[in-house]
Amino acid sequence: MVNRDILHGTDSSSLGNPRGFWATVHLDPILLVLLLILMGGGLFVLYSGADRNIDVVKAQGIRLGIAFVVMVVLAQLDPAVFRRWAPLFYTLGLVALLAVLLVGVGAKGAQRWLAVPGLPRFQPSEYMKLVVPMMAAWYLSRHYLPPRLRHLAVGMAIVLVPMAMIVKQPDLGTSLLVGMAGIFVVFFAGISWKLIATFFALVSVSAPVMWMYGMRDYQKQRVLTMLDPQSDPLGAGWNIIQSKTAIGSGGYDGKGWLHGTQSHLEFLPESHTDFIVAVLAEEFGFVGMLVLLTVYFLIILRCLHIAVSAQDSFSRLLAGALTMTFFIYIFVNIGMVSGMLPVVGVPLPLVSYGGTSGVTLMAAFGVLMSIHTHRRMICS
Amino acid sequence: MPWGEFKNIAAERRLFQRRTLVMLIFVMLLTGALIARLYQLQVVEHEIYTTLSDKNRVQVQSVPPPRGLVYDRNRVLLAENRPVFSVTLVPERITDMSATLARLQTILSISNEDLERFQRRLEERRRPFQELPLRYDLNEDEIARLAVLRHELPGVEVQAELVRYYPHSEFTAHALGFVGRINQSELQRIDPVNYAGTNYIGKSGVERFYEQMLHGKVGYQHVETNARGRTLRVLERQNPVPGENIQLHLDLRLQKLAYKLLDGRRGAIVAIEPATGGILALASVPGFDANQFVTGISVEDYRELSESRDKPLFNRALRGQYPPGSTLKPMLAIAALDSGATTRNRRIWDPGYFQFNSSGRRYRDWKRSGHGWVDLNLAMAQSCDVYFYEIAVDMGVDTIHHYLSRFGFGEDAALDVAGALSGLLPSKEWKQGARQEPWYPGDTVNLGIGQGFMLATPLQLATATALIADRGYWVEPRLLKSVDGNNDLTSFLPEQNHAPLTLKNPDDWEFVVEAMADVMHGARGTARASGANASYRMAGKTGTAQVFSLAEDEEYNEEEVKERLRDHAMFVGFAPVDNPQIAVSVIVENGGGGSSTAAPVARALFDAWLLEFGEGGGDREGSAAADIANVESPR
Repeated sequence: MVNRDILHGTDSSSLGNPRGFWATVHLDPILLVLLLILMGGGLFVLYSGADRNIDVVKAQGIRLGIAFVVMVVLAQLDPAVFRRWAPLFYTLGLVALLAVLLVGVGAKGAQRWLAVPGLPRFQPSEYMKLVVPMMAAWYLSRHYLPPRLRHLAVGMAIVLVPMAMIVKQPDLGTSLLVGMAGIFVVFFAGISWKLIATFFALVSVSAPVMWMYGMRDYQKQRVLTMLDPQSDPLGAGWNIIQSKTAIGSGGYDGKGWLHGTQSHLEFLPESHTDFIVAVLAEEFGFVGMLVLLTVYFLIILRCLHIAVSAQDSFSRLLAGALTMTFFIYIFVNIGMVSGMLPVVGVPLPLVSYGGTSGVTLMAAFGVLMSIHTHRRMICS
Repeated sequence: MPWGEFKNIAAERRLFQRRTLVMLIFVMLLTGALIARLYQLQVVEHEIYTTLSDKNRVQVQSVPPPRGLVYDRNRVLLAENRPVFSVTLVPERITDMSATLARLQTILSISNEDLERFQRRLEERRRPFQELPLRYDLNEDEIARLAVLRHELPGVEVQAELVRYYPHSEFTAHALGFVGRINQSELQRIDPVNYAGTNYIGKSGVERFYEQMLHGKVGYQHVETNARGRTLRVLERQNPVPGENIQLHLDLRLQKLAYKLLDGRRGAIVAIEPATGGILALASVPGFDANQFVTGISVEDYRELSESRDKPLFNRALRGQYPPGSTLKPMLAIAALDSGATTRNRRIWDPGYFQFNSSGRRYRDWKRSGHGWVDLNLAMAQSCDVYFYEIAVDMGVDTIHHYLSRFGFGEDAALDVAGALSGLLPSKEWKQGARQEPWYPGDTVNLGIGQGFMLATPLQLATATALIADRGYWVEPRLLKSVDGNNDLTSFLPEQNHAPLTLKNPDDWEFVVEAMADVMHGARGTARASGANASYRMAGKTGTAQVFSLAEDEEYNEEEVKERLRDHAMFVGFAPVDNPQIAVSVIVENGGGGSSTAAPVARALFDAWLLEFGEGGGDREGSAAADIANVESPR
């Protein structure tokens, strides 16, 4: 047994440990550098995607700064804190979601925002992306792993309730991301392959039923449009046609920074938010996309390493799920912009212009760093 | 259960590690799928999307060529181009069309016609993002107001285009013709490529005949536009080839004089330069302002013009078909002499009428008492009808038809005059075909004094007169004098196809010309008043054509009917006799006698041409006078 006080990190720097400084500030240097590269590069692309509007870049810089602070703060907390308070965070989240459905603020026909006086506008569904896996990890890690069926059922309920509430807003994209986060926890927890196979079988059977009764017309339209963008070239298909055109015309090495015609001539809508990757693909080409995907892959690799190195089941499950959620962001966004997936409002992590998602993502990295920097020496 | 107890920590860790490995593979597979997708779009299908991207942003716009200018023989500008500003709307960029139209109506004056025309064009097929004109010819004030309010009105634009302008408006409308908006039927026959971007086309006259030359060749520009269709920059430009500038034989001074001489009356004047066939003046009175037709005449204005009893839109010089009356006598005299139907010395007794036999119908002479014994010279000078009845019968209709057709009657002999009619030169065959009746001897009698079925246009009469002035040498009348300073017009003008009219005795020309000179200068010439006190000798022939009936739609108004039943006064002639510089035909509708009404007009034209304008000395192009004319030309 080792003295916990020493290992707790507050004074580990005094021991002359080479990782001492990073352990003191509870940050992971590798992840930090990768994130900074991503955010810095993202601001460059944003400047172009926003048609040289420096104000947009400044606003995004400020948001990323705030998100960075959130990350640093969360990294200071012991993972035990998250574990202890997970049920409370979760309950608060459900209350907030309920409030959104009752008194939420609308935008574009959907109620997603909660306007609490004195606070910035707040999107509870974003918060749930973090809290749902936390709660699922909390619950499942209290029992034997792999989980038994009844624990699994409770775990699924923990995921499905907020998901359903978010779908109601309606916000299919976020709901799916929240659901994915929860499902990843279940997967990491060791759900048997037989059950996974059963699950997929169920999904494929229920898909037509969902199509008939569960989906709204605009959601169906998105799927149909994805399958055949030309069917509605001026309406729903426009975005996809134009983003594919932007990506494809970028070619191997791109048209050069600020020289993408698709975005600068306004053919590409939402070129600084959800479709920003099309700008990058147009201006930096296939090479630029490989660089971007490499950075993302390295981040994921580092995060999976953190997850594997984590010392308890809760931390492992949470870290793994957050990492995979991050990846799902990337995959869905790029898949959507390149016409592989239906259009769902998923931003490109830390590059797209937008408020809450950046904060959520950085908060997740904060949690990951916390998990990594609060390990007890005995296991390392 | 407290956290962490009774659990197989190592087993859980191994389980997690295995699952993480699965996830890593999952991540790599999906990332691989993304990379494959990007490779497909960016490398394999790169060409397709580059094309799409360029198609998005690059649009080809046609640049209409500026229309060639038209000058008169002294290089006075007759037709030019001036910028006209119009307001156009792009329906794709307008969210609320009726609100935009309502707003525009508070800024500009927009007539119901403008609105109707706009709505019509809105419903027609058109290219996307094509501008639709709402109102033409904005004034400075309206342009300024639109410029100020521009931000309020997306999709509304002020456009400048070069539009034909005729500085001498009504003086040139009938001679030059005019351009107007291309209509549906014209769209069928024009080259859609060359006319892409062109809105106007020659509708009549020179503008129509030389349309191809005046139009030029379309140019192109590749422009980069944004998604809203706004042009951001020009990438590439191929300039249009401007239409060729042309110069006409027309002399604006003479043209204006012709209008002035006929002012307040209805009639036509055609003046030809015999040596070249160049049409010096082509006047049809009353005229109209062709500029109205260019940018679109209002229904009201058009109704006023088209329903006017004076028919200002009717080109009398080319399309007015009148019985030539006695002005045909010089040509008939040539025919009679050359065919041997009469001789210079043959004398005929004129008792005041002509009869085939003692019981037959009497064909009256205009002089009831008769002219007594007349020879051909006197018959011409006094316009004795009986002499011509006699020789017409002697010639017979076939001979008359043969000779008159050599003078260009019954055909459109002009080279480049669009819309000229061919009149009517009757023959046995014609009558049988058109009337299902045989040719009666009486028809020949009537033909002998240019009455009956015979119809000729003022242009034809001038042409025939010029032929006499040229003593049988044919130069078809024409308007084009040069193209961009190049006088070799063989490639621009239609082929000339009239053989010279050679007489068995060429001296017969001089005989008839002298007889015509006696009309002007002889002691008993019908136009001796008009020929008096001239410093040069002129030749002419008066005529008076009977007006048989009113048009069916004309209302009864005693005074006006009286006026409109009066004979048409006519005159043909040329001057000077020995070196003809100008040949004219004049017709004054319901003007009464040719000698009293038409001949003085011709004399004024002769005087102006030979004495005042200094054209008697020959071609003055390039002289100081021409330069002054150029400088003095308006605008």
